[in-house]
Amino acid sequence: MDAATIAARANQRRADVITMIHQANAGHTGGSLSELDILSVLYDSVLNITPQTVKDPDRDRFLLSKGHSVEGYLAVLADKGFLPKEELRTFSRAGSRLIGHPTNKVPGMEMCTGALGHGLSIGVGMALAAKRLDRPYRTYVLMGDGEQAEGSIWEAAMAGANYHLDNLFAIIDRNGLQISGSTEDVMALENFPEKWRAFGWDVTQVDGHDVQALMDYFHSRKPEGKPHCLICRTVKAKGLPMGENKKEWHHKVPNEAEVAEGLLALGVKGVDWA
Amino acid sequence: MKTEAVRMAFTSALLEAAKQDRHIFAVTTDSRGSVTLGDFAQQLPQQFVEIGIAEQNAIGVSAGLANAGLRPFVCGPACFYSLRSAEQIKVDVAYSQMNVKVIGVSGGVSYGALGTSHHATQDIALMRAIPGLEVYLPADGAQMRAMLKYLVASDKPAYVRMGRGAVPQVYQEEAEFVPGKANWLRQGKDAALIGCGEMVYHCLQAAEQLAANGIEVSVLDMHTLSPLDEESILQAALTGLVVTAEEHCVHGGLGSAVASVLAEHKPTAMRILGLPDEPLYNGSSSDVFNHYGLTGSGIAQQVVGALRK
Repeated sequence: MDAATIAARANQRRADVITMIHQANAGHTGGSLSELDILSVLYDSVLNITPQTVKDPDRDRFLLSKGHSVEGYLAVLADKGFLPKEELRTFSRAGSRLIGHPTNKVPGMEMCTGALGHGLSIGVGMALAAKRLDRPYRTYVLMGDGEQAEGSIWEAAMAGANYHLDNLFAIIDRNGLQISGSTEDVMALENFPEKWRAFGWDVTQVDGHDVQALMDYFHSRKPEGKPHCLICRTVKAKGLPMGENKKEWHHKVPNEAEVAEGLLALGVKGVDWA
Repeated sequence: MKTEAVRMAFTSALLEAAKQDRHIFAVTTDSRGSVTLGDFAQQLPQQFVEIGIAEQNAIGVSAGLANAGLRPFVCGPACFYSLRSAEQIKVDVAYSQMNVKVIGVSGGVSYGALGTSHHATQDIALMRAIPGLEVYLPADGAQMRAMLKYLVASDKPAYVRMGRGAVPQVYQEEAEFVPGKANWLRQGKDAALIGCGEMVYHCLQAAEQLAANGIEVSVLDMHTLSPLDEESILQAALTGLVVTAEEHCVHGGLGSAVASVLAEHKPTAMRILGLPDEPLYNGSSSDVFNHYGLTGSGIAQQVVGALRK
């Protein structure tokens, strides 16, 4: 799939996200929109996971450590056929399996996540298992930038380098905002790339909305003894004009007019499941 | 009397099992010495994972190993695993239903004079409250070996707590272990003692002392704290007096669990023996047991006192 097609699909999935959150009257709009180009590149071009291979021992492993951004993840999984698109209507409804964080009751989701700072440790285990069992799969963990204050991430960062897990990718959705404000005001991260480098990781920065650049990165990265860290500079609530780069949109729910404005800005007519 | 450290029974049995199945892994946190995993690390380095002093990471890594089809036993001090990494056990292991066996060694007051930071006296309360997690306290090395056969074959997540020092033998080798089914070690009509872990031995001692004075008590080994064997608890209540003994805070442990069952189904006179809700007396584990009456004679006295009322 080429970059333009993936970018268009990412925008269609953004429409799914804002519709889902509007209908449920709940959700994490900002982070689900900022992560969608990354998720789309992974699922449309990088990961070998399909609805038919969810149990295959050699499937690539993906973990959404920033579990609150589950709406973006669900939009991608539904679009890829892991679950019926119509099921997105049940998001956050009583009794639904589509709740506000990933659970492995949903086909394609490896683990239950949502408590921040857990994903990279699990990813280290998955990647270490591949090394010890001599399996070819790779492991990808998507984290938030606010999440980086969790100490367990740095325990996992040490372990990833210690075991030379060059089959492991830590991807950070660096949209710069968390629920209370800028990451630099809440708990400063910078000089952020240097922190990861100091922990022994192969660090790259990229525009997290540049689909071609993301594809080039994932398809060219070679295993050279170090785990990989990709810092993706993104825009919180990307694609929703009234929400972009505003902390309030961490979990603000778009109203009907805002959904309409969002669809217009995304160049998307609507969704086929609502 | 033969004594044996349960942790050593565990590690030697785990090593033998792991030699037969390369999917069995041991994970630890700079605790290969205190767990007694040195032989395992040396003989099966490809199945051994050192995480350094990072308990949260150790549980998460183990969940990832399990997701990839391995069968990790993550082993370290019970005090740190049960509290510091409780969230990883709840979410990454139990909620996600990953086949991880969390092995808490030096549980209870095993670390003796090292003090409260190193005591695990809340772990039963915490681990029992996590849905989908089995909780076991082996009474001795023979039971540990029988339990290990189950743990190796089972796909379910579990927390297992064992002590540090050598404990007297309670069981013969090849003693039966059925998960979730408590063991009757003695039958008596006057009262029932329910113990877990090292306290099972002290309950048996109490029963002998009581028998010498004409009081016949039952002894039940509640090796499985979750899921709880309610049927056996209700059977114990037929004596009219149930006394529980545990190396754990009296809040939220074996006694609380038994009391919940009895309160709901068959209100029965009870004594809950354990560690009080206060800063603990300091000393070796036997000093602490003596201080709080968690000994054969201490338990027997409580039974006599309760029967007088």
